[in-house]
Formats: sequence, C-alpha cells, structure tokens
Amino acid sequence: MVIERIEAQLPGVVLDRHDFRGDETAVVAGDRFLEVVDLIFAEGFQMLLDVTAVDREAREPRFDVVYHFLNLTSQDRLRIKVPVAEGSAQPSLVSRFKSADWSEREVFDLFGIPFEGHPNLSRLLMWEDFPGHPLRKDFPLDGGDRFCSQDIGASFAPEARSLNA
Amino acid sequence: MGAINLDDSVMTTRLDSVVNWARKNSLWPLPFGTACCAIEFMSMMSSRYDFSRFGAEALRFSPRQSDMLLVLGTVTNKQAPVLRQIYAQMAEPKWVVAVGVCASSGGMYRTYATLQGIDRVVPVDVYVPGCPPRPETMIYGVMQLQEQISRESLSSRKEHIERFYQSLARQEERQRASGKSGYQTVREMVLEAGEQGEQQIW
Amino acid sequence: MEPTSQTATPRPDGDRMIVNMGPSHPVTHGTLHIVLELEGEIIVKATPNIGYLHRGVEKLGENLTYQQFIPLTDRLNYCSSLMNNVGYTVAVEKLLGIQDPPRSRVLRVLCSELARIGDHLVCIGINAVDIGAFTAFLYLFRERETIYDLFEMMAGQRLHSSFTRIGGLFRDIPAEFEPLCEQFLESCPRTVDEMESLLTHNPIWAGRTKGVGAITPENAISWGYTGPCLRAAGVAQDLRKGQPYLDYESYDFDIPVGTTGDVYDRYLVRTEEIRQSLRIVRQCLDRLKQLGPGPVIIDDYKIALPPKEKVYTRMESLIHHFKLIMHGIEMPVGEVYSATEAANGELGFYLVSHGGKSPYRIHVRPPCFPIFSSFDEQVRGRIIADAVSVLGGMNVIAGELDR
Repeated sequence: MVIERIEAQLPGVVLDRHDFRGDETAVVAGDRFLEVVDLIFAEGFQMLLDVTAVDREAREPRFDVVYHFLNLTSQDRLRIKVPVAEGSAQPSLVSRFKSADWSEREVFDLFGIPFEGHPNLSRLLMWEDFPGHPLRKDFPLDGGDRFCSQDIGASFAPEARSLNA
Repeated sequence: MGAINLDDSVMTTRLDSVVNWARKNSLWPLPFGTACCAIEFMSMMSSRYDFSRFGAEALRFSPRQSDMLLVLGTVTNKQAPVLRQIYAQMAEPKWVVAVGVCASSGGMYRTYATLQGIDRVVPVDVYVPGCPPRPETMIYGVMQLQEQISRESLSSRKEHIERFYQSLARQEERQRASGKSGYQTVREMVLEAGEQGEQQIW
Repeated sequence: MEPTSQTATPRPDGDRMIVNMGPSHPVTHGTLHIVLELEGEIIVKATPNIGYLHRGVEKLGENLTYQQFIPLTDRLNYCSSLMNNVGYTVAVEKLLGIQDPPRSRVLRVLCSELARIGDHLVCIGINAVDIGAFTAFLYLFRERETIYDLFEMMAGQRLHSSFTRIGGLFRDIPAEFEPLCEQFLESCPRTVDEMESLLTHNPIWAGRTKGVGAITPENAISWGYTGPCLRAAGVAQDLRKGQPYLDYESYDFDIPVGTTGDVYDRYLVRTEEIRQSLRIVRQCLDRLKQLGPGPVIIDDYKIALPPKEKVYTRMESLIHHFKLIMHGIEMPVGEVYSATEAANGELGFYLVSHGGKSPYRIHVRPPCFPIFSSFDEQVRGRIIADAVSVLGGMNVIAGELDR
C-alpha cells in the first residue's frame, strides 16, 4: 500500500521489500533516505517508534539501520531498513522526529554507527570512555571479564554456616 | 535508712554486649535500590511484612545517616564506582547486605555490563539469595546480620573497611594518573583482579 | 509555581549551580542520574544520564534460546512482569505464525490486566511518596500484596512469574484462584476510592501536579510518547483498541483520555485505567467459566514441551522434549516487530531470526525510553520540586529503560 505509493512517487528508491507476517518492510538506499522519510511523514506516519540496528557480520554493507514508524490515524506500521557500511554515517532524523534523539544515540553507542546532524552524539548506555561497541558481533558477551564464566579466587565454603545450626 | 533492693533494676554485662544490642536493634538501612529487589524491599517496608519491627523504620537515603547498606538489585559496571563512593561516605560502624543474586554474584546477567557480584568492589557481610528474595528471606538475612553484630567485639579493628579505603585511594590515584573516567578505572581494576586470580579489588 | 527565569534580568554564568539528582537518590525510580543546572531554584537545563542498569539483555538474548529469554523479559518492567512475558511470547508466536488456545488467551488478558493494575498502583503510590503523601502508598500496597498472592497462585512467584510459554502458558490456574480474585475485585475499587479521597481533591496534590509537565498532543507524538502519558495529552491511542491482540476487541472497556498532559492528568488517567482493568478482569473471569476447562498450551510438541506423563512413557514425547531443550524451536527465517500495550505504553519486541535456536537480534522497544528523553524539555524553567513530580508522573522504570 504505502510502499507502492513510495515506489510510484520516488522510483528506484526501494531496493527490496517484504511483508513477512504482515509487517510492511522496505529496504531503502541511504542517500535517498530523507526523501522517503519526508514522503511518509506527509502520508501520516508521524510517530517514529524506534531506531535500532542489526550487525550482519560478513555481509557488505555491514549494518542495517532499522526504523519503525506508526500512522496514528490508520494504525498502519512501516519498517524502513537502510544498509550502512562500516564507518559511514547515516543522516539523523532529529529535526523531524524528537524521538530520534536518544534512539540514534543508543545505536551509536552500541553499534558505532555515527549519525550526521545529531545535536549531541555521545554514548547513552555505556560510559564515555568505554572501549568498543557492545552489540557488534565481534564484541565478546562477557567483555573480557573472566568471572562471567568462571569462579576465580577464594572459596567461601569453609566459612559457610549451615542454616540449621 | 533501709537497704534498697536493686536486684531487678540493675544488671551487669559487658560493654560489648550492650553496644552490640543497641546497634543490632536500630539498624538504619540505606536502600541502594537499583532494580526489582527494590520493589520487594518496598513490600517489606509495607504493612504486611513490616520491616520497622526490627528498628529499621527510619529509611535514610543519605549515607551519612545510615549504618546498613542494602544493595537491592543489579549493580552494573557503570554503577560500581557510585556504590564505592556511597559506601565510603558512610560512617562506621557500617554493614553491607547484598540482597538478591544480582548483587551477590551477578545473577543471570553474565555479560559485559554487569558487575559479577558487589563483593568484588565493596566488603559484604550478608548475602541474601533469591530473584527476587521474598520479604521473609530479606528479613531473615537482616536477622543473620544481627547475629553477626552481636558477636562483634568493640576492640577488634575492622580490617576489611581499612582495606577498602586503601583500594579507594588506589583507584583515585589511578584515575588521576590515567585521566580516564571513574567508570573505566574501576572496570580496569576489576578485570585486572580477575586476570590475576583475585576475587576482589579491595 | 510559574517560571520566572524568562522575565528576570540575565545573570552572569557564575551563579549557576550544578546538582546531581541520582544515581542513588530516594526519588529516582531505580538508578537514574539527572544533572540539573540551577539558577536558584529554577532549572535551566536538565541532562539525564542513563545506563546505570544496562545489563546487556539484548546481547545476552543472542546467546540464549527463545524459551530461555522469557525470564529476562520479566525483569524489564519489574513492576508488571507478566505484561512483558505476554508481549514477548506474542512476538515469538507472531514469528512462528501460531496462536495459543482460547483459554490461554483469556488467562493472558487476565494476568496482563492484573499486572497493569499492579503497575499503576506502584506508580501512583511512588509518585505520591515522592511528593510527600505517604499514606496513599501504604493503602495501595495492601492491594498489590493481594495481586502478588494471585500471581503466586498462578505461577509460583510473586514478582517475576515467567508465566507464559511460547504457545501458551506454564500451567492452568488452581481452584483457589477464582475466590481470591473475586475478593480482589471487591476490595480494589474501595481502595482506589480511598486513595482518590486522599489525593484527587487535595489542594496540595493539585498544587504540586496541576500544570506541571503539560505537553501538547503534537509534541507528545513527536517525542514518541505512548501509553498513559500520551492519552493524558489528549491522543486516544491504545493498542488494545487500535491494533487488538489476544481478542481484546471482544472485551468491553473504555480508554480514559486527558486534556493537558500534566502530571495531574496522568494520575487521573492511571486511576481510571485501574477501574477499566478491573472491568476487563471481571469479564475474563466470566469468560473462563463459559469456556470451561481446556488446554492452556498449544498441542504442537515441536514448539511446546509435552506433558511429563507422556515424556516418561512414550518415546516420541521423550525425543520431542530432548530436541526442544537441546536444540530449541525450529524458527522460520525472518523478522517481526510485535507491540503490546504495556502499563507504560507500547512495548515492542523486534526479533530477527536466521533459523537458529537463538534470535540473531532481539531488540526491546521500551515505552518509557522516549518519554524520559523529553525530560529536559518538560522541566526547563520550572523549579526542582516540579522535577520530582514530573519524574514520578512519567513512571520511568530503569529496568526497561536501560535493559
């Protein structure tokens, strides 16, 4: 429906589309992304619910930045995915949707994808000088902490008291 | 002048016992509530379980005015230096109760972001398991702490608190030298202790 | 409490004071850190600093099976754990393309609404405690203890129930559940009336909350507000009516909508939502009697564990059990986004599956994340005491904010 209208008004911008389990999804090229956003805003998709990303590892371009939009009048949802290569930036949507502010900061923090035009692109969930970007596939789950998988050091067994004593 | 019978109004005891009795029955908690265990703590303070029976009615959210630090919930690596600072600001005598498995050992969160047990950064007196522990379990944990307190001696030095202050001094020195943030300094100290096979950084 | 900094003559920057609210503070709900720049009592800028409860849930989900992720969802919004369970399992069932049996759907609605009532009770109670009204909290927590008893009867745990499974529920409700639930349906409206008599027409409460944190509908939509905060601003958006799931379209209830979006309106919206949820619980109990006994989990042993009697006596059931535990469920390749109306708003789960036993990517869209991101705009120009009211009205739960 709306993806057909996008394709009609901006031909060639939709690289791929599907509606698996009823979720309308369009893959859009990064350089024409803002045009698509302006178009769907005019169509009524005025709430940006969420910005997130997926690390596709070996695939080129590495990341997929995923946007979820909601149309409050028709209750339709739309997912827009933008493939982003490692190191390249994605235009920020803060000027159009205030909810993009923290969502984009979180994607930057956890994936390392910079957003051009963001007023305050700093880490959100981790601290400022945290080394690395946690949600990338090459970042280990325990972050280098051996305690996550092993119990090291003193055992408190000799000092343990029975609860029945 | 006749003799006055003081049998029932005077008792002899040791100073240790009296002081410990007073301390254990007036534990003023500092609820360092981070996550879900704080909700069970709220239940414990409400009318059904009523924690104030144990002298803990006065909830002081200031470390200067409390003596028992109840760590309720997951302590993440970002929260670790904050916890150390709060513990440092408390006046002695002070005790720490790790409520819940997240505070005791990291719980189910074996990840890059969660501190695997607060005993890696502060000394802990009682560990209360549970996810979240029922209010009765938490009360039992505090009762265990009361028993511990009644066995304390006034003359013994609190060696673990002294070691903690030394580790705090090391942390500040390291922070000044490297210019990194407190979060990163404590994280590095924790990781290094793990590499060397040490349980804790204090 | 009108802001006056705009009319005062500008002072040199040396008068600004920086005060930390949190991360360990009686008022911050969970661990939040807000850096307040003040001129006297007026807030000039408020910078929230979050992440103190970031536990790495999304990355952990990539290493766990779909069933193993259910206890992690409990601990997102820990005041209403069951709604998170329901939201997650609805998302996984959408990915699989299955539906749970009718009795399970009614029970899921029942426990979601009980959890919603519990969450609103805590929110209003804590909001009142922060402002100084301690009594309401004690009355409301008595009702919450009854809800805990109901959850314990259903699932075995008071707070983190992990009650739902993929394809249905853990188990059916026991016989003692219904009488206690009926008793709750009688006592809760009276407690809510008591609480309203303490707060709604209280001049101190009105003075602290009316006009504080007001937001226009357009601004709320731009910020990504959902849930009671959006409805208080005047937008009648509720996923239970707009995009119904779990047969919500067959239940009879109303959605309260406010006018100004200030903290007082949010309080009124939440109070009315408690009453509407009680209506839904009443209808669920009646519907359970109509449906009669039946299965509460799907009959497909490739998705749901077979019952223990079969596992111990039949070879195929044993093999199904083994495969489900060791290899997980065989998931189709694809991605879904599924949203349910949690107590705070739209709780979304975005699941990307490459067919393996763990999700390739799992992302939680927390309802209070965009709401809290607007904190600076809401309190600028107001006094510190208003920051406390606004924070309480937003119902920020650090577990779902930081994940």
